[in-house]
Amino acid sequence: MDTQMGQLEQEKLWHRRMNKKAWIIWGGWLVTVALSVFCWNIMTENTLWVFVYDAPEQAADLLSRMLPPRWGYIHSLYGALWDTLNIATLGTLLGIIIAFPVAFLAARNTTPSVLFVRPIALFIIVASRSINSLIWALLLVAILGPGILAGILAIALRSIGFVAKLLYEGIEEINPVSVEAVSATGASRLQVMDYAIIPQILPSFLGISLFRWDINIRESTILGLVGAGGIGLQLQHSLNTLAWPQVSLIVVVILGTVIVSEAISAKVRKMII
Amino acid sequence: MNYPTTWKRPHYIVPSASWRIVLYVAALAYLFVGIGSVEVNWLRAYEGLERGARFVQGFLQPDFTSRFTDIKQGIIESLTMTVTSTVAGIILSVPFGMGAARNISPKPIYYFCRGFIAFSRSMQEIIVAIFLVALFGFGAFAGFLTLTYATIGFLGKLLAEEIEEIDPRQLEAISATGGSWFQRFHYAIWPQVMPRLVGLSFYRFDINFRESAVIGIVGAGGIGATLNTAIDRYEYDSAGAVLIIIILIVMACEYTSGWIRKWVS
Repeated sequence: MDTQMGQLEQEKLWHRRMNKKAWIIWGGWLVTVALSVFCWNIMTENTLWVFVYDAPEQAADLLSRMLPPRWGYIHSLYGALWDTLNIATLGTLLGIIIAFPVAFLAARNTTPSVLFVRPIALFIIVASRSINSLIWALLLVAILGPGILAGILAIALRSIGFVAKLLYEGIEEINPVSVEAVSATGASRLQVMDYAIIPQILPSFLGISLFRWDINIRESTILGLVGAGGIGLQLQHSLNTLAWPQVSLIVVVILGTVIVSEAISAKVRKMII
Repeated sequence: MNYPTTWKRPHYIVPSASWRIVLYVAALAYLFVGIGSVEVNWLRAYEGLERGARFVQGFLQPDFTSRFTDIKQGIIESLTMTVTSTVAGIILSVPFGMGAARNISPKPIYYFCRGFIAFSRSMQEIIVAIFLVALFGFGAFAGFLTLTYATIGFLGKLLAEEIEEIDPRQLEAISATGGSWFQRFHYAIWPQVMPRLVGLSFYRFDINFRESAVIGIVGAGGIGATLNTAIDRYEYDSAGAVLIIIILIVMACEYTSGWIRKWVS
């Protein structure tokens, strides 16, 4: 009798979840599974399964064409690599120069007008962030013609939103005590910014910029696919002429560049912060 | 005793003056060489201004109707691709994430999973998409595979870090009751990492949609293909419509995922 009582009590006490919550979670799973199956069916409507079944053979064939990479080709890649580096670095510079004021206009505590200026700054940030740099490049190549300039502008336009968003969040989180202290001395608005706000955000600003530079190196390696210069242009040429040994060499070079730039940016960021 | 009467603000980042000069000179030299090596066809860029104006006009007066079927097809492909690849990516990233967590997996599995994740993260989606399109043919299936592959790397890494940072006492408590490996995972690890995994999954959903707009450029289906065609045909008003739709969907995803992340945690 005693043990039965104990068990009953235990059952009553130990539920993994409350009943209502259990229903919500169960419903969530049901919706997720149903949605995934539904989406899968629509997505694969136009899939030619012949190609999919064929893929292992194709993969073996492709690998045999790609290996070994054509190492000698590397001598004609130096120029393209330099262009890629320029696209990323100059693009980042241009981007952060524009992002800096935008961030101040977007931060709640520094914007001149919460009602009018802040929404515009936020819209700039959202528009810049939601469009990938490759799409920016696609547009700019159509407008300005192929070349490095389109690449630099594409990288800059994409960087504005990223840097400005992280920076304005940083500005909103600064310590208000030093702002108050500086304004108590009778400092003007610009002086408050110079002595109280900028010293607080400068390390994170540099960190964000370096982080973005590292991402931009990665993105600028592929901008050439749509004609915006750099090593991606060589990739596109090699793909168009089906020169697979060159493609594999370019992919190796891109991987190396990305890894090196990541290491550099991580190291410098550690030094600053 | 003479006290200083003026105060000079110390430099924030590089305190040593000589190093600062070296850095400034190096930066200036790079700018000089770098900008000098950018070849710009100014005549062509000047001609482009007129096209730029037309594009801005197209963006302000988007044309949703004349390419409606193409746009609808692209959006549906992108969205379905995003949903399926995110779900498949989450399912596959759980074992990879567990394998790449130092505290619960044996060394050989740890190195294998870490290696896979590192490789997956260092390759851009678009290069993977080029190869997968070559293997699986044009269309959304190649895009689905690309995004799944990228999702595994992203979620696997973050999940592994999350598992490595769990509170070990709960794990110990469950092992002390004699829980099996699966029970330990289910009762001690999963409840600790689940909220974060849900948040990250929605974040990744957001990224996957954005990426699905890009990989269409190399033939992997989705709204990117529609956009590419519109720009190739110089139909800037249709391109403007596609861009506006992308921005709106990204914003909607971001708000919903932010809301759900708040609700979960």
